[in-house]
Amino acid sequence: MSNPVFERIQSDITENPVMLYMKGNAMFPQCGFSARVVQILSHMNVPFKTANVLEDPELRDGIKEFSNWPTIPQLYVKGEFVGGCDIVTEMFQSGELAGLFEKAGIPAKSAA
Amino acid sequence: MTGRAERITALLRERFAPARVEVVDESARHAGHAGARPEGETHFAVTVVAEAFRGRGRLARSRAVHEALGAEFAGGLHALSLTLRAPGEPGAE
Repeated sequence: MSNPVFERIQSDITENPVMLYMKGNAMFPQCGFSARVVQILSHMNVPFKTANVLEDPELRDGIKEFSNWPTIPQLYVKGEFVGGCDIVTEMFQSGELAGLFEKAGIPAKSAA
Repeated sequence: MTGRAERITALLRERFAPARVEVVDESARHAGHAGARPEGETHFAVTVVAEAFRGRGRLARSRAVHEALGAEFAGGLHALSLTLRAPGEPGAE
């Protein structure tokens, strides 16, 4: 991989067990979809790192290409792409997200 | 000129032969936000119930829809809220 944005993404998702690419930051999300994912992760008490794609047009395009996914937010757990807002929400509601964190050895509070 | 909701519906029917397809333009709810356009047609909520999704995971289902709508993303479609089910699954009715 000689693409510098891809290299940065690869190192972010490797170094941070829960990495969220979003619009804005956890304190001030700038999009309802990003806000919902932040809310879910915060509710589950999961430590996570965020990258604000609005501050970085290269990252904004790069992450879409890297994940082959056309929209933001995008959640990675242990280097694996989980999905965007709809998928994270559905997995939270069904309990699958708690299961995923448990399997990954990330302490989380379950949906209930 | 056909609107984006009609084009999305037609593309999804063609690709998935769905038992049910619903496309709701939610652009007005996102007006003024980054990615919104004055002419609208940027944010859609889409429900597709299709046999084609059976046995496929969430990512694969969404990716198939993104792929079917590639030209719309290239043409200003900004956000899709997707509910993708096979017939008989919870939420399919």
